Amino acid sequence: MMRMVLIPLLLCLSALSAAAEQVVAGLSQNRVSITTNFDGSEILIFGAVKRESPVPDAAELDVIVTIEGPKRQVTVRRKSRVAGIWINTDAVEVDAAPSFYAVATTDPLGDVLSSTEDLRHSISIPRAIRSVGAPATIADSETFTEALIRIREKDDLYQLLEGAITLREQTLFNTSVALPANLTEGNYRVRIFLTRDRGVIDAYETVIGVRKAGLERWLFSLAHEQPLIYGLLSLVIAVGAGWAASAVFRILRS
Amino acid sequence: MQIYLPIAEVSVNAFLILGLGGLVGVLSGMFGVGGGFLLTPLLFFIGIPPAVAVGTQSTQIVASSVSGVMAHLKRKTVDLRMGLVLLSGGLVGSALGVQVFALMRTLGQVDLLVTLFYVVFLGIIGGLMFFESLSSMRKARRRGGVVAPRKKHLWVHTWPLKMKFRTSGLYISVIPPILVGLLVGILAAIMGVGGGFIMLPAMIYILGMPTKVVVGTSLFQIIFVAGFTTLMHATTNYSVDLPLAILLLVGSVIGAQLGTRIGVRMKAEQIRIALAVLVLAVCFKLLLDLLIQPNELYSIASAAP
Repeated sequence: MMRMVLIPLLLCLSALSAAAEQVVAGLSQNRVSITTNFDGSEILIFGAVKRESPVPDAAELDVIVTIEGPKRQVTVRRKSRVAGIWINTDAVEVDAAPSFYAVATTDPLGDVLSSTEDLRHSISIPRAIRSVGAPATIADSETFTEALIRIREKDDLYQLLEGAITLREQTLFNTSVALPANLTEGNYRVRIFLTRDRGVIDAYETVIGVRKAGLERWLFSLAHEQPLIYGLLSLVIAVGAGWAASAVFRILRS
Repeated sequence: MQIYLPIAEVSVNAFLILGLGGLVGVLSGMFGVGGGFLLTPLLFFIGIPPAVAVGTQSTQIVASSVSGVMAHLKRKTVDLRMGLVLLSGGLVGSALGVQVFALMRTLGQVDLLVTLFYVVFLGIIGGLMFFESLSSMRKARRRGGVVAPRKKHLWVHTWPLKMKFRTSGLYISVIPPILVGLLVGILAAIMGVGGGFIMLPAMIYILGMPTKVVVGTSLFQIIFVAGFTTLMHATTNYSVDLPLAILLLVGSVIGAQLGTRIGVRMKAEQIRIALAVLVLAVCFKLLLDLLIQPNELYSIASAAP
């Protein structure tokens, strides 16, 4: 009984103090430029476990890596049948859902992380989404969050990659996460957790900057900062292209 | 070849977009309609966000209308005065349509609104055109190839505020053209279309304009309504994607030239029946989507960042 209390306590203490095991990690790139021919990007995450003492004999070491895009408010709507046609009837606001979220682990997530630790660090996909409350008229608000995850998983925007991390000799690990082509701009938070006995013993955090570059950057800024000029530019191009096309074909025909 | 669209924030195949533009261009060249009623749903289908599809579409409509109107100006088949009257209604309608769109967006019913508009208008127009063409084909056959002359006095001829439209050879009230313009303006803003498919029948059957000036005049006023819509979308929703627009319009101007050549080889009744069948097919497909239970009952709408 005493031991069952002591071990987690010791683990917590060791995590708080200069941890016995620390994670040292690197990324293949810490910025992603979205250019005109951007077609997704592969991020390599690798690292090692730094320790002063030999590998403890206790439970097995596991690694969890998460990549999280900027959080935004989204509205999830549900259709139901009204007078014979399918229309949106219910809506739930999800306060903050990451635009992209990937979790990679060495083993099934349930085996490497307890639910209390998940709650504390917001690691699993449902925990990464913050949904405060639904209108009182909707009793089953959790099905909306499930739908959000289901739809985004289908688009590879949410990825659960269990067993995708290779861990060698409980020391060296590496994994790769594919960022899809339909990325939004922002800072992508990368977190690496070391766990033993389903508890987090050390964590490391860094950021990947995803930015539009070149022509993409220029057009995006123009559209948002000078919308009138951008609109007029679009019109000039459209009128010019229409005129040029008819002129070219008139020459070709004669 | 993949290309990342900066405003839509999705990556698409450039040749797919060129092809879509080309396909719609062929149809618009053949039938003298903008083809927006086909292109907008196709853009939704390949994953362009609806707001961007609607906003960008209007840019492409400007380009194809300019291209078309040049040819008609040469042939003097544009009734400029009628165009301006239609336009005055059109701009008011467009502004109204944007308001309705914004209101429905907050209620989460934009999809339903757009689909219902499509089903109702495509259904009515497709049906009318189909039966009218069938009966005129039958009559033409019975009278040995002579098409019955259209009756000269329509109900709108009795309204007040008359004006002379020399190119169309009409002396009618300005109220019906303004109302037609207004209606088309509302449609243009809500459905992201030029409205040619409703403008053309309205000009022929309601205003009684001669068929040869209808296409040019419709294109002339669509340039301005679509241009106005583009500016509205660019300044209020930031939803005009320039690379997408350029790809679409390159495809469509080439397609339009091909379509025009196919069009001149077909008889007027054949063209009208083919267009009617196409319009009814799109209408039927959209109606099925409303009636059949969708695979995914839930949908996600992102709030503006």
